[in-house]
Amino acid sequence: MTELSKLKKLNKALYLDFSLEKVPTRNGYGDGLLDLGKKNKEVMVLCADLTESTRVEKFAQMYPKRFVEIGVAEQNLVTVASGLAAMGKIPFASSYACFCPGRCWEQIRTTICYNNVNVKIIGAHAGISVGPDGATHQMLEDIALMRALPNMMVIVPCDYWQTRKATMALAAYKGPGYMRFAREKTPQMTTVKTHFEIGKAQLLKEGVDVCIIGAGPVVFECLKAAQLLEEKNINAMVINCHTIKPLDEKMILNAARKCKRVVTVEEAQIAGGLGGAVAEFLSEVYPVPIKRVGVRDHYGESGSPEELLEKFGFSAKHITQEVLQLVRR
Amino acid sequence: MKKITNITQLELIANNIRRDIITSLVCAGSGHSGGPLGMADIFTALYFNVLTHNPQKPKWEGRDRLVLSNGHICPVLYATMAQAGYFSRAELKTLRKLGSRLQGHPHREALPGLETTSGPLGSGLSQACGMAYALKMDGQANKVFCLMSDGEHNEGNTWEAVLFAAKYKLGNVVAVLDRNYIQIDGRTEDIMPLEPLAAKYRAFNWDVVTIKGNDMREVLRALNGAKKHTGKPLMIIAHTIPGRGVSFMENDYTWHGKPPTKEQGEIALAELCKIESKLQGKRCLLCRSIHEKCVCVESR
Repeated sequence: MTELSKLKKLNKALYLDFSLEKVPTRNGYGDGLLDLGKKNKEVMVLCADLTESTRVEKFAQMYPKRFVEIGVAEQNLVTVASGLAAMGKIPFASSYACFCPGRCWEQIRTTICYNNVNVKIIGAHAGISVGPDGATHQMLEDIALMRALPNMMVIVPCDYWQTRKATMALAAYKGPGYMRFAREKTPQMTTVKTHFEIGKAQLLKEGVDVCIIGAGPVVFECLKAAQLLEEKNINAMVINCHTIKPLDEKMILNAARKCKRVVTVEEAQIAGGLGGAVAEFLSEVYPVPIKRVGVRDHYGESGSPEELLEKFGFSAKHITQEVLQLVRR
Repeated sequence: MKKITNITQLELIANNIRRDIITSLVCAGSGHSGGPLGMADIFTALYFNVLTHNPQKPKWEGRDRLVLSNGHICPVLYATMAQAGYFSRAELKTLRKLGSRLQGHPHREALPGLETTSGPLGSGLSQACGMAYALKMDGQANKVFCLMSDGEHNEGNTWEAVLFAAKYKLGNVVAVLDRNYIQIDGRTEDIMPLEPLAAKYRAFNWDVVTIKGNDMREVLRALNGAKKHTGKPLMIIAHTIPGRGVSFMENDYTWHGKPPTKEQGEIALAELCKIESKLQGKRCLLCRSIHEKCVCVESR
């Protein structure tokens, strides 16, 4: 595995020691915007009264003319962005995923996706790991909401560096895009040198018995699960499927052919999310037994991020159990 | 595009647009009648006198932007664009048909000359504000005209944009509100009262002008004034008569969302022929007078 980490230019410690440095994915967005501020004068940032927590504060300070404070008005956030994009700007409409795309789905559908303009929707504080704020602020349905829209691209980066790179990639990509990331500090699996390309999933671990496909910071738990499975003589493949739409069908099909069993893991509702995307695809072209790990038709609740990730089944231990159930079926 | 300044000439164009609206709605068999007929004078004034635009180069950067927020009145937009030369008038008969560029609600990617895709209410002013913000930022003097309905003032998104335009002092935004007092379920003041609307806008730090939206002189004065307007965003509240020009449609909210049948269309065209005869001071040029049994529907 250390060879793979070298090949993919991943964090050297990734397979050796699971106590990696932790940085919030949202910081990757903030720093990515600073990179973009310098490089691309058309990039603008819009925010709905969450400047600091979505990490757009520094961009706002450095490029005040290209920062637009919208106030607590998510419908206006995305529709003003649509108008800016019509004039050739590249607006990043930033809020918590619960509110954007949560509150303004129809505006995104009509004025951005159907209208086909170059707006980037940014959903911060996604997933159950938002913690004590409770279910109202723990967005779990955003992937399904965005994935269903024609013209929309959906990215769920796994860590700080990937979020930073995805931010750059979003600006370079012409068309509507959605990126979701989290609040908490999570392990650094990739590095500044790790390649990132929209639509190209990353093979993080080779394996033959089962393929675990994850998206977002939970990919780290997938890797830990793969290690736990090795103790039980199960050789699991691990894929980081950071782009949920367009899905890397080639890699997923090859993985299904090789491993014959697939487990998906995402900090979101299993309905319509990564698990939905993988199941829909494989059921049409190469049906194999699939287990989807995610939130099952349920809302979150208050608690610490660790408690919630444990309760809702996102720990390596839980993923391992799910894999074992599938393998032994 | 060359400006037409003669009032009668503009009124004749508006009347032709009304005829094309009726014909396209009869052909479509569905769509909205009231709003489009009521707004024909304002659209005529915009496309033939006020807007800086070029129908041959719809993407020309120096153009003013026209955002139609209440997309359902697109029959008047299409008919006006055809009259102005964006596309042939014959195409108006494809309205709402499979494969047509004239979608039931306007789609930007389908037809050159459309600035946005619209239909769901309440989003147009925000988009106009985004455009105006970008123009201001880039130091360009073009205006953004946003045509809105009164009904869409029920939408929260509209008021979010009203706040936004005032905050950023978007003096290059000109909103034209079709104040016809009807929406699908009835009279606006019964469904969800909006008055005092002008006072509301003033309180939100907008400049407000109120006009008779079917009086070409007033319309031209207000819109040309708006072209020179700076400072605060400007709201032109245009009192219009829904269904204007067709006696049995005027001020009847049941005509908000339905088209005339073929027979009703013929009666409507006959009435519009009479208006034309009056404006011309002679008989209708198109159907040569047969007002009782006008054959415009077939012949056009």
